Amino acid sequence: MARVVVDVMLKPEILDPQGQAVQRALPRLGFTGIADVRQGKRFELELEGPVDEAALARIREAAETFLANTVIEDFTVRVEQP
Amino acid sequence: MTLDTVKHATGTPEAEQPWAALGLKADEYARIREILGRRPTGAELAMYSVMWSEHCSYKSSKVHLKQFGEKAPASDAMLVGIGENAGVVDVGQGYAVTFKIESHNHPSYIEPYQGAATGIGGIVRDILAMGARPVAVMDPLRFGAPDHPDTRRVLPGIVAGIGGYGNCLGLPNIGGEVVFDSCYQGNPLVNALCVGVMKHEDIHLAQASGAGNKVILYGARTGGDGIGGVSVLASETFDATGPAKRPAVQVGDPFQEKLLIECTLEVFAEKLVLGIQDLGGAGLSCATSELASAGSGGMRVELDSVPLRDATLSPEEILMSESQERMCAIVEPEKVARFLEICEKWDVIATVIGEVTEGERLEIFWHGEQIVDVPPRSVAHDGPTYQRPFARPSWQDALQADAPTAERLKRPASGEELRATVLQLAGSPNQADKSWITSQYDRYVLGNTVLSTPEDSGMVRIDEETNLGVAVATDGNGRYAKLDPYTGAQLALAEAYRNVAATGAKPLAVSDCLNFGSPEDPDVMWQFAEATRGLADACQILGTPVTGGNVSLYNQTGDVAIHPTPVVAVLGVIDDVNRRTPIGFAEEGQLVYLLGDTADEFGGSAWAQVAHDHLGGLPPKLDLERERLLAEVLIAGSRDGMVDAAHDLSDGGLAQALAESCLRGGKGVRLVVPDGLNAFTFLFSESAGRAVVSVPRSEELRFTEMCGVRGLPATRVGVVDGDSIDLQGHFTLPLAELREAHTGVIEALLG
Amino acid sequence: MSARIGVVTFPGSLDDRDAQRAVRLAGAEPVALWHRDQDLHQVDAVVLPGGFSYGDYLRCGAISRFSPVMDSVIEQARAGMPVLGICNGFQVLCESHLLPGALTRNDSLHFVCRDQRLRIENTGTAWTSAYVPNAEITVPLKNGEGRFVADEHTLDQLEAEGRVVARYLDVNPNGSYRDIAGISNAAGNVVGLMPHPEHAIEPLTGPGTEGLGFFASILKQLVSA
Repeated sequence: MARVVVDVMLKPEILDPQGQAVQRALPRLGFTGIADVRQGKRFELELEGPVDEAALARIREAAETFLANTVIEDFTVRVEQP
Repeated sequence: MTLDTVKHATGTPEAEQPWAALGLKADEYARIREILGRRPTGAELAMYSVMWSEHCSYKSSKVHLKQFGEKAPASDAMLVGIGENAGVVDVGQGYAVTFKIESHNHPSYIEPYQGAATGIGGIVRDILAMGARPVAVMDPLRFGAPDHPDTRRVLPGIVAGIGGYGNCLGLPNIGGEVVFDSCYQGNPLVNALCVGVMKHEDIHLAQASGAGNKVILYGARTGGDGIGGVSVLASETFDATGPAKRPAVQVGDPFQEKLLIECTLEVFAEKLVLGIQDLGGAGLSCATSELASAGSGGMRVELDSVPLRDATLSPEEILMSESQERMCAIVEPEKVARFLEICEKWDVIATVIGEVTEGERLEIFWHGEQIVDVPPRSVAHDGPTYQRPFARPSWQDALQADAPTAERLKRPASGEELRATVLQLAGSPNQADKSWITSQYDRYVLGNTVLSTPEDSGMVRIDEETNLGVAVATDGNGRYAKLDPYTGAQLALAEAYRNVAATGAKPLAVSDCLNFGSPEDPDVMWQFAEATRGLADACQILGTPVTGGNVSLYNQTGDVAIHPTPVVAVLGVIDDVNRRTPIGFAEEGQLVYLLGDTADEFGGSAWAQVAHDHLGGLPPKLDLERERLLAEVLIAGSRDGMVDAAHDLSDGGLAQALAESCLRGGKGVRLVVPDGLNAFTFLFSESAGRAVVSVPRSEELRFTEMCGVRGLPATRVGVVDGDSIDLQGHFTLPLAELREAHTGVIEALLG
Repeated sequence: MSARIGVVTFPGSLDDRDAQRAVRLAGAEPVALWHRDQDLHQVDAVVLPGGFSYGDYLRCGAISRFSPVMDSVIEQARAGMPVLGICNGFQVLCESHLLPGALTRNDSLHFVCRDQRLRIENTGTAWTSAYVPNAEITVPLKNGEGRFVADEHTLDQLEAEGRVVARYLDVNPNGSYRDIAGISNAAGNVVGLMPHPEHAIEPLTGPGTEGLGFFASILKQLVSA
């Protein structure tokens, strides 16, 4: 079975409160040198059939309309090789 | 790209400027040039365009809004009136309360969760900026048809956003409304109210005075959020497929806001702040110009020092950014160090970005060059004023003539039909139990919530020693206002006033959120003019001044406007919250009295909507003196222990009020139809100026004598008894069956 | 001298003043503790209150767990000091590994605020000794991530050792495994509870006063000790 990964991240210009809270906490725990943190979501989609252009197009549509809120989020779709 | 400095602008008078794209009219642009004696710089143009937008300048509405001041009743309770971030009311014992209601309609349609969340954030900062600790929030919400797919998208997101932000902020959500009507399809109304409490001496105002005092920006970093959002959102309408211009959405950070609250209250407590303003619509443009305009002297700001989330922002964008969770304070130089220390304690970023100056100009610099040099008042307070044309709509007479008479709409007559109608109303989405929504809000946090939804008003204790408390109710009825906007606005006020009195609190003051369609439509403008006139007139008679609020226009899709929807919030005070009156009938044997007069009034009623999908005729008549009298009786009944439960009568009439009181208290009622009324009118009429109360037998004589002496009709209609609603000679309706119809409705539609 | 009970304020704590009020109404002296301060100021017991510390970002309680005050709380809890974590405080205790398991998103995926019936199943802990065995009480519950989860072995162990302190009755509001509302450590001095007893201490502002027992319990234990 093929796996397609959809990563969803807030758009760069959109505030990411979660990432900021994590970033502020890191130095207190001794993890220095990290300039910025952004937190996103990762979806792993297991396909029943082959990963062809049509399947990817369907997944992009799913990401666009459902997995991501494109008002505030961007997404990427990639095929994970076994 | 060359920086458009003041010097550059002076030297290039003929340069083309995008004033039209920024929403300015030709005459407005000309006026800016006249004020400045040159063309504005890009930064100045940005500031004027956003501050002169409908949303910030109230240019279409202010000629009408000024009645709230002109007709304001003399009130000893008013400490701060209209014009500040929020009005402030004296509630005794040295306490002052501030409250305000605001809209976040368009952003909540675009991005329901964040739109609703940032709506809470904004109103809470308004209250905080007055010097008060926010103590409660409420959310009156209006959506399209409950079974429309877009309602399924919008409602859960909005409710989750309100909960997500408000719960994380630690403010109890104590009331509000949820109304469905297809007129709000594509234009949901998300209004948000916040109440705050302070001591008199802690009142703070948005003004910058004293040359040399520092301007401190604190809170979140500035990013590209909602740039131009205010202008664009308020001046564009949506077409059916979505917004024509999709503005950047602001994301709220309730955690940051919580820190901002605690940090701000601590700097207030140490008396470190001379003037303060929150950053909302129009961001720094608004905060700096309003602070400078309201104070004495000018202000100089170094824009480079503003902490940024996005280093690529231009100075114009920094000025217009609507990044949330930011405040601006004026602090004396010797207190700056302590101010910054407290901010550091709360992990809040704080930066001195400028200072108050001797002059009378607002001057803003970028990389050492001047990009803004304006009289602040011309930006903040002297925006354009429109005398928009208005005219009574051509369809108004026909609408009013279509009265829901017995001939026009078939009325239930038999016991079986009446019984079915009670169930149909109680189970209709507007009248059904809303706990699927309100259970997503924390009503307990802060430990002072005395009453919350579904009670008539929300009530919080503000002093644990003396038990002093305040009550707030919000109401609006777009159907009534569509039939007659003057009376409709007054009915909204009367209902909120009655709801506050029903819980035992004395109504003191009003805040209003006026939700209407496009002011460019003379029909809509007439509705607005009538509603404001009605509200101002009624406030005068009830003795409750308008302390502030908000106007939301352009709530329409294409040519079709929402029903005119003035939402009115009334705040009241109660000396001892232990004496509050709940709605639930909990004691068997208590006597049920109907207060006020009942007439055949069904125009705009819930019955006409639910049974016939009909809107026509006139709304119920209103007698404001009667409303005053009813309130006095309800308050006295509470104070002197004469009533144990009270519920105002509004949409759905007596039947709906009894259904709610019985289900809340877990006890039934045995009723008789009083002489002179038919059962249908008795059960479903929406005549104003009425309430139903339960009176202990031991207090009956005292209560009826009080009503008699004061001249308030009080009719004994039944007794609290059993576990059904039993209308003698007509029907019996077990509470279990009623509960089944009344609950689970919203969840089934949206869950 | 009355017992001193510390209430920690983390950034984003919300029910801290409410926990202080409950301590006061029970007759003890509340002491405000600050997350950055390692010093526990000689308190006899500590309450970690409800709220959204650090916005519940990353995971509920995950950032608070590393605050300086928690170094001391963890150390002293291991030495036997009574600690009660309510709601977000329970989440901090789990992240700190003072208690087993974790609290995850409600199965309904919604925040829920309701008056919740509970059964107190272990009256042997520092925080429940004032209740009669199997007392049934009503206290407010309000959480978005209150679903207690642990592996089968841990759950069996908790049950076998009587460490399920409170269990939901009537309705399981968040999908917690085995209806678990609260648990204790093996010694019984550390208790985590998802519902909010500090909001059931006055009839005026809560569903009743049945939450006071948690605070009365600790007072009884400290006075008799």
